[in-house]
Formats: sequence, structure tokens, C-alpha cells
Amino acid sequence: MAKVTSPMGRAGSASRYVILVACTLGALLPGYIMLTGAFKTQSEFLSSPWSLPANPTFKAFTESWSAGLPSWFINTILVTAGAVIGVMVLSALAGWGFAYWQFKGRETLLGVIVSLMVVPPVVLLIPLFQFGAQLGWISTFRILILIYVGLMLPFSIYLLANFFSAIPHSLLEAAQIDGASTGAIFRRIVLPLSGPPIATLAVVNILWAWNELLLALVFLQDPEKHTLMVGIAGFRGRYSLDIPTVMAGLTLVTLPLVIAYLVGQRFFIQGLTAGGIKGE
Amino acid sequence: MTDATATTTRGPAPSGSRRSSRRPGPWHAALWIGPAAIAIVFVFAYAIYQLVVQSFKYKGAWTGWDNFRIVLTDPLFLTALKHNMELLLCVPVLIAIALLLAIVLSETIRGHTFFRGVLFFPYILPVTVVGVVLGQLLTLNGPVNTALNGVGLGKLAADWLGDPNIALWTMGAVIVWKEVGFGIVLFLARILSLPTETYEAASLDGAGFWRKHWSITLPQMTGVIAFYAVTEAIVMVSWVFNYVYIMTNGQGGPGDSTVVTELYIYRMAFQNQQIELAAAAAVILFLITLLLVIIFFRLQRKSLLAVVGE
Repeated sequence: MAKVTSPMGRAGSASRYVILVACTLGALLPGYIMLTGAFKTQSEFLSSPWSLPANPTFKAFTESWSAGLPSWFINTILVTAGAVIGVMVLSALAGWGFAYWQFKGRETLLGVIVSLMVVPPVVLLIPLFQFGAQLGWISTFRILILIYVGLMLPFSIYLLANFFSAIPHSLLEAAQIDGASTGAIFRRIVLPLSGPPIATLAVVNILWAWNELLLALVFLQDPEKHTLMVGIAGFRGRYSLDIPTVMAGLTLVTLPLVIAYLVGQRFFIQGLTAGGIKGE
Repeated sequence: MTDATATTTRGPAPSGSRRSSRRPGPWHAALWIGPAAIAIVFVFAYAIYQLVVQSFKYKGAWTGWDNFRIVLTDPLFLTALKHNMELLLCVPVLIAIALLLAIVLSETIRGHTFFRGVLFFPYILPVTVVGVVLGQLLTLNGPVNTALNGVGLGKLAADWLGDPNIALWTMGAVIVWKEVGFGIVLFLARILSLPTETYEAASLDGAGFWRKHWSITLPQMTGVIAFYAVTEAIVMVSWVFNYVYIMTNGQGGPGDSTVVTELYIYRMAFQNQQIELAAAAAVILFLITLLLVIIFFRLQRKSLLAVVGE
């Protein structure tokens, strides 16, 4: 098929690609500086930051790894796993409660929960810190996990209640007539149908907990309890004369996210834009 | 929602409950929602209640509006608030860039998925990583200035984060860099859901790029643009702590040039140990956010009804 392209159309398509390529470079260049910087020496990074490393060295990686990265990784994984498992269980139960039953005040309750999504954590920080201090829970993972669960719940409930409500009720009725209990309907019908939204929600929550800085900074004061974000937040001050080590540390921190994004981009995009696309 | 509409909506509940008597009563919902409700009450209701009580006290004694009076006359707090308001100017910039790129992407077939994936990528990165890397790029002798000097634009080189006159705007640019991908993907999804017939008709009538999108695309995008605008406004007012903390080593410097409300609260509470004043500042920030939430709710009403309205 001969495609008719007007001169204007061709110019338009060329300029479109110019815009896209320019923005792609803009989005990726910081990553390029970070990655190549990690293989350079300090003097090479300062003199020629944009070039490829002339003599790639892994020194910066070993340096940053021994600065505490392994234990930060483990701490982050523990906090993230605890919080995300907690929030997934609680929000699945609550989502089903909201989707399956009609009760008085349901709209209001769900509306209030959804609006909590935007409460800035800094507002909750002071009273929660005092609460943690009273219990002697500062620098423990349990207080941080508890707060993370609470903060992630509104969006999670919103997403799952929304999805569960859309399950055709003919499916549920059939099970009811067969005498299945509510719990059995939830386990055998609702959950197996909900793989994609649960995976999407898990991705969003893992990303949130993994990247969270403010609360981790305030609650995990013991250096042995630091998470990745708290650890690398202090990196730049500590290694201000050794930028490659900073870049190597950041590269190692970013790597799991990049891999996850390459594998499950769909889940990231769907989950992070869920509120807005539904909003139309 | 009234009872009249309740019977016409979708969802598992109404007709099922009429037919089956085996279904447990609505109080059962409390068993399912209860555990989550406890966590939410603790983290939000308890905390906000404590915060408000504390903002009216000093060393345990009731002092009325004193804390608010002190905070609202503290020049640093007003500066911080002003900086948040200035950052709001990033919102129209975000919308313009995201719209342009979403439209361009929607008309691009080859490489569509690749470009979308790359442009969204900064949005998933931790602010910590973004702040350190871009902060490093923007130092006085950093890569950005090196590049500007290298291509003969040395005049444009600046001390991006060290000059108090531009540090806040540099911060804004970094936030835009990270947040714009969210808008692109949001807008793109909306554009791709628009019916194509109108565009074909407009093309036949000889409408060009700008004409088509000005008259056809934009009017159908108002909802999603408003949603994005409010979401990003909330970010600028109350979610920028991480950027400032990372890029200025927790100082809000140079001088006070990048102090924002969240940093003010954080420093008041954890460095100056003035918990009550920090609480009052937090209540003010909460009220401002609440105002934005009300707008957010108005826009979200449709989707909320999809969840709640049955």
C-alpha cells in the first residue's frame, strides 16, 4: 500500500520525533551521568562528566557497598515486606466489605477514607512520633510498618473496593445459592478474579514504601536500622569529595527499581495513574 | 445517593440480597472493614486529634491561639509558605509540557511504547536518588555548567542551587522533571480514548495540528487536566519535603531561599524542639491541604460515585 505523505505531514512527523528524542535524552541523561560516574575516579568525574569512563573501575561500588548498603537493603526489604503484606490483607478485606454490603453511611465512610489519600505525612509526624516515643518504639520497624500500613490503606481500599464492585453479581449469586459462605465466596471467586488489580496495587505500595524518606528518617534513628533512602540521603554529605562512590551507591539502589520497571511497566503505569484515569 | 437510583446501578449487592436469605446482614461488613478501620483511625484520626489539641497548648497548659499567633508572625514561616505558593507556578508548566508530549505521543506509532516507558520512568524513581543526582548535576562546577560552557552557552551557566535568587526555581525544575511523566501518561490515556471520527472530519476540512487540538482535544480533556492540576498543586504545597531536604542537606538553603512549610515543621519539631509551634504550623498546612482536597473531591465525584454510589 502506497502511503500518501504530504510534505507537511512528513515535517510534522519529523518534528514529533525531534521532540520525543530530546525529551527521552532529558529523561535519561541524569541516569547516564549516574551510571558512568559510578565507574570513574573523582578527578575524571570532575574533568569530563559527560564522557564514557576511560578506565572503568569498580572501586566506587566496593566502597559504597561497604558503607552500609547491605544492611540498608535488608532493612528496606523488611519494612517494605511487612508494610505491604499488612496493607494488602487489610485492604482486600475492607474492599470486600465495602463492595459486598450496602449499609448506612457506606458512601460517607468510603468518601472520608478516599480523601485521606492526600493528607501530608508531615502533618501526622509529630503526634505519631510522640506516640512511638511513649511506647519506646522509636528505631523499631513495627512502628514504621504500622504507620506505612495506615498511610497506604486509603488508596488501596479505594482501588480494591472499586474493582470488587465491578465483579458481575451473577457469579456471586450462583455461589450464594450453592450455599457458600461469604468468606468462601471471597476466597474462591473474588480473589482468583482479582490477580491483576492486586498485582498492580502491590507494585504501587512496594514502590511507595521502598521510596519513603521522611518517616523513615524520623523514626529510624539508630544507624543500624537505617533504610536505603535514609542511608543514601546521608551519602552526599559523607562522600562529598568522592562523587563516584555516591553515584555507585545510587546506581545500586536504583537497579532493583529499573529491573522491576522493565519487567512490569504495565503494572507501574496502571497502578500509579489509577486514581486519575478513573477520575475522568 | 437516593434509594430510587440504587436499584438501577451495577454491583453485586441489591438484587442478590432480595433473592437469597442466606446472605449475612450488613453488620457483617464491620468484621471485614474493622481491621483496616482500626489502622486508619490510629494513623489519621488519633494523630490529627492529638495534633490539633497540641497546637493549642504550651507545656501541657491551654494557651488558646498563641501558638498560631506566633507561627503566623514568624517571618520564616511566612517565607516558607510563600515558597510553596511560588512552587505552584510549576503546575501550569507541568500541564503544558505534559499536554504537548501526550499529544505528540498519541500521534506517534513507531516507538510509542518505548517513549511512553522512558518518559514515565522518572516518576517511579525515589526523590532521594533524583535529588542527589540532579543536585550533583547542577553544582557550580557540575556537568550541566560544563556542558553549557562546552557548547558556548557559558553565559547561561549559573550556580543553580547556590544562588538564593534561583535555587527555588531550580528545585521547581527538578520537581517538574520528575512529575511530568505522570501527566503525560494520564493525558495520553485520555486522548487515546477519544473518538477518532471528529479528527478525521477535521483533517478533511483542512484543520492543522494546533487547530485540531485546540478545538477538539482540549475541550474533552478538562476533567483530567483539572485532576492533574489539583494533584500537583497538593504536591507543591505539602509533598516537597524530600526534594528540599535532599538537595539542601536539610537546610533549605542557601539562606532561607528554599525553606518550605514541611521543612519548617520538621525543623521546628525535631531540631528546635518547639513541638507546639510545629503542631500549629502543621495544622495550618493541614487546613490548606484540606482546601485542595475539597476541590479534589469535586473533581473526583464521578469516580467516587462509581465506588460508593450503588
